[in-house]
Amino acid sequence: MAASEQEILAGLAEIVNEETGIPTGDVALDKSFTDDLDIDSLSMMTIVVNAEDKFGVKIPDDEVKNLKTVGDAVAFIQRAGA
Amino acid sequence: MPLLPGKRLLLTGVLTDTSIAFHVARLAQQEGAEVVLSSFGRATRITQAIARRLPAPAPVIELDVTSPADLDALPARVGEHVDGLDGVLHAIGFAPEAALGGNFLATGWDDVATAVHVSAYSLKALTVAARPLFGPRVSVVGLDFDAAVAWPRYDWMGVAKAALESTARYLARDLGQHGVRVNLVSAGPLSTTAAKSIPGFSELSGIWGSRAPLGWDVYDPEPAALACIALLSDLFPATTGEIVHVDGGVHAMGA
Ligand SMILES: NC(=O)c1ccc[n+]([C@@H]2O[C@H](COP(=O)([O-])OP(=O)(O)OC[C@H]3O[C@@H](n4cnc5c(N)ncnc54)[C@H](O)[C@@H]3O)[C@@H](O)[C@H]2O)c1
Repeated sequence: MAASEQEILAGLAEIVNEETGIPTGDVALDKSFTDDLDIDSLSMMTIVVNAEDKFGVKIPDDEVKNLKTVGDAVAFIQRAGA
Repeated sequence: MPLLPGKRLLLTGVLTDTSIAFHVARLAQQEGAEVVLSSFGRATRITQAIARRLPAPAPVIELDVTSPADLDALPARVGEHVDGLDGVLHAIGFAPEAALGGNFLATGWDDVATAVHVSAYSLKALTVAARPLFGPRVSVVGLDFDAAVAWPRYDWMGVAKAALESTARYLARDLGQHGVRVNLVSAGPLSTTAAKSIPGFSELSGIWGSRAPLGWDVYDPEPAALACIALLSDLFPATTGEIVHVDGGVHAMGA
């Protein structure tokens, strides 16, 4: 079952909210994890691990640094087959 | 026949599923062990999520190995899950950025002290803190990176590993009479979170690529984890103060 961009964004926003307290509404596709949302590397690791479990995908460490924006992450998860 | 039937193990150092300790935990459960994990601070949430990927559930207790309060609380925290311990894995290493990567001559004592405290003294701190739970025969295993020679970039972490090797020998001396064995597994470079924080890690892995007679795969932590399992088992009852090299043979080569 392929999840839509909106479903993945909503799921990811929940994970980000749980880790950082950032309101889910602020987790938009064009937001940068580091510059806009101020998420550090340890929080990013937690988010990645939880996203892997939630969407049943593998996000390799080397890929994480390419996921600059929320939109990058959503697109990666969608391509990876969520 | 399983190698660790009913053994109660405290395993530190599970951060992600690349962590050497994660693979020790996975194999230990497969070999019949009961596993308690430890993590610390904000990393605890990552460890908890990663623990769900193990074959069986494993509780995660809080242990910053530099915190006297956490060390004091360790027997009670572990005791909530198991009624004693037959083995402990030390898979903890940290050095501040200024202590790594080619800054050797300029690194200040504070950064060196942190590296030695977290990476070497902690073997003593962890072992002594866990002692009230020890059964009659206990195996303590730590993870080492060959400290017999100098490596590019490894710098003060290398000095901390030399201290770890020595600490293991002194612990073996003082605890042998109490049935406690203390051994280290000296692993070749593996692509884990800790390793990737070393600037120039690829330089080290390149050395292994060209020098290991058995070859070496930086993405395969299983050989190192298997050696930990063997040392935690009853297969080495008369071995302590030893360093087992799981490095593809690099330590034995001159060039
Ligand atoms: N990866 C390698 O190339 C390699 C090679 C030889 C030895 N080792 C050793 O293996 C051990 C495990 O490292 P890894 O490579 O699996 O990386 P890792 O990053 O997965 O594990 C390092 C662990 O140390 C823990 N840690 C750091 N500071 C701590 C503290 N104050 N209290 C408690 N825990 C703390 C972290 O939470 C993490 O779980 C380390 O001792 C490391 O030096 C690693």
